[in-house]
Amino acid sequence: MKLKKRIPVIDQGDRLGFWGGKFGGNFVPETLKKPIEDLEMQFNKLKNDKNFIKERDKYFKNWIGTPTRFIKLNNLTKHVGGAQIWSKVVSDANGGAHKIYNATVHCLLAKRKGKKVIIGDTGAGYAGKMLSMAAKKFGLKCKIFMGAKDIKRQQPNVKAMKKNGADVIPVYSGSQTLVDAVSECMRYWVANCDTTAMCVGSTVGPAIFVRICGWSTSQISRELKVQLINEFGEIPKKLKLYNCVGGGSSSFGFWNEFMDYNKKQVEFIGVEAGGPSKSKRHAAPLTYGSKIGILHGAAQYVNQNSDGQIEETESISAGLDYPGISPLHCFLKDTKRARYTAASDEEALKAYQIVTKYENLRPSLEPSHAFSVAIKEAKKLSKDTIVIINSCGDAYKDRGILEKRLGKKYVKSN
Amino acid sequence: MLNPISLAFKKAKNESRPALLTYTVAGDSSKKQSLEILKAISNHADILEVGVPHNTPVADGGQIQTSSYRAIKNGIKMNDIFKIVSDFKKSKNSKPVIFMGYYNMIYQYGENNFLKKCKQSGVNGLIVVDLPWPENKNFSKKCKKNLINFIQLLSPTTSNKRLKSITKDSHDMIYYISMLSTTGGKLKVSPKRILANYNKIKKISPKKNCVIGFGITEKTISNFKNTDGLVVGSQICKEITRSLSNRQNPVINVSKMVSKLKKKIS
Ligand SMILES: Cc1ncc(COP(=O)(O)O)c(C=O)c1O
Repeated sequence: MKLKKRIPVIDQGDRLGFWGGKFGGNFVPETLKKPIEDLEMQFNKLKNDKNFIKERDKYFKNWIGTPTRFIKLNNLTKHVGGAQIWSKVVSDANGGAHKIYNATVHCLLAKRKGKKVIIGDTGAGYAGKMLSMAAKKFGLKCKIFMGAKDIKRQQPNVKAMKKNGADVIPVYSGSQTLVDAVSECMRYWVANCDTTAMCVGSTVGPAIFVRICGWSTSQISRELKVQLINEFGEIPKKLKLYNCVGGGSSSFGFWNEFMDYNKKQVEFIGVEAGGPSKSKRHAAPLTYGSKIGILHGAAQYVNQNSDGQIEETESISAGLDYPGISPLHCFLKDTKRARYTAASDEEALKAYQIVTKYENLRPSLEPSHAFSVAIKEAKKLSKDTIVIINSCGDAYKDRGILEKRLGKKYVKSN
Repeated sequence: MLNPISLAFKKAKNESRPALLTYTVAGDSSKKQSLEILKAISNHADILEVGVPHNTPVADGGQIQTSSYRAIKNGIKMNDIFKIVSDFKKSKNSKPVIFMGYYNMIYQYGENNFLKKCKQSGVNGLIVVDLPWPENKNFSKKCKKNLINFIQLLSPTTSNKRLKSITKDSHDMIYYISMLSTTGGKLKVSPKRILANYNKIKKISPKKNCVIGFGITEKTISNFKNTDGLVVGSQICKEITRSLSNRQNPVINVSKMVSKLKKKIS
């Protein structure tokens, strides 16, 4: 299995949508073949269309707000005492997380196709919140599918969705989390694909959704590349990019523009959710060697039993609480371009405490997983190493969990 | 010699009626009971679809999900499902069996192993909901080699060009999904339009047995008497759920329902 140079990774799949010949594809009911093919044709044309790119960039700049900040975490660097620690503050983006890029692009596509309704899944509630914002902006009706357990634990984002006029549809099947929300959303699309557009909230699902999402979040690394050159005059000789990985959209977007660099120069570290340290359950299929299986239309490493039933996951972070992982990351793992590891619930909480103690930055529980590993590794790295963590979400949505686990003082200033 | 599925269609045709296909989930509500249900409805139905329960079903509505979760919760495993089929096949009034499920279950078992077990236990056909054409080309060839009918699905969104290619690659039986819906949806398209699409398929592929499924219930079934076959699934699963919550015997109730369905198309 080989990663090609100078070809965007999203375009390295084969005719049937498989990366490396085995990850991804289109394991979908016959009914969805046509809408998926239509979306493929539309996207393949528009992604090279100057006017469409101009339109995208206009909304990215004026509405989402680009570029998001790239800042040095001086106090944290001093405290850790190793590599220089920096952060790309993607939570600056309108709505507070990277999910806005994919949501905006899907709404632009839906609008052009003349669709009136757009549906989407959400776990942490960010994908749903952003889709509801973009739908409102572009005059589309919006339905969001969300596990009943996640509705309970991510109330601030649920409120935001409703305020934007979206229908939030609770999903009670299975584990009542993201995996069930995506299933229910796909089922709704099967029954309504003639009138309704679907947005998948991460780089997962049938191949076209993986590609559209990866294309959209790549805005993050496009900005970062410019910011690095402005700051250092070049791409640093020792650069390490840490990102949490749920479905894999923020991490893929954070890395994409650096894909062709030697990994000795630009290393990618993906941090999955290890779950509670006392539990066997986790949401880290790459770290813990899960087998390849089919989930939500794509072949990927996925937590499952020997029969092929998808296993329940457990994580304090609703956004990472997913048994599968993007085919893009399976591909990056097997080609050894990226390295994957996990942080437990407790480690993420601890990292959140450290970051908020030393910096004026409040990463949500998802990026706190990445901070945990970055802090640990930075300690052992030389001063000329540049460590960057994608702070891809704001902790406001987690206030309930943080208060319960850490006490009131950690949420007051939010 | 005709395979058992084609024979079942032929028999129904000789009686001037569509074949009746039922769908029940293996292991719903227990291994034993699902076997009893198969044996009981086998007296009325022509072909039995046996659902292989999966916990992330992207095309099933509420009723079949409920049945599937019930079966999984009761611990049903792939090997139990094969056992149910082979026990059923030993009963005196057994009928052809078609598995309906999702590809991951086959993938984890290993395609070749899976087909070997199908042959051993007496499974005659396979419907794999999330393995569409052309992705299913290799696997369907393997099925054919093993004398197992791989049943291609067609839907209202299938283009004419696709329709031609898919029917060309299909075996003796094809399945037309009546409308844009998961299983268990209300029939939201007029029977006339469904039959027009059905006739289009029959024109392209007159020799293949084409069944219609999704939205077929006691209420709607008599609209489709002039077809090769009809599938009833969700209504049966719902009847099992209803029987259980009323503390009645699902075997008797489901058997009654299937007998009624048969009368409506005879
Ligand atoms: C803030 C944040 N980070 C990360 C994720 C994980 O998703 P992904 O891996 O696609 O970025 C989510 C998902 O909801 C999220 O809300």
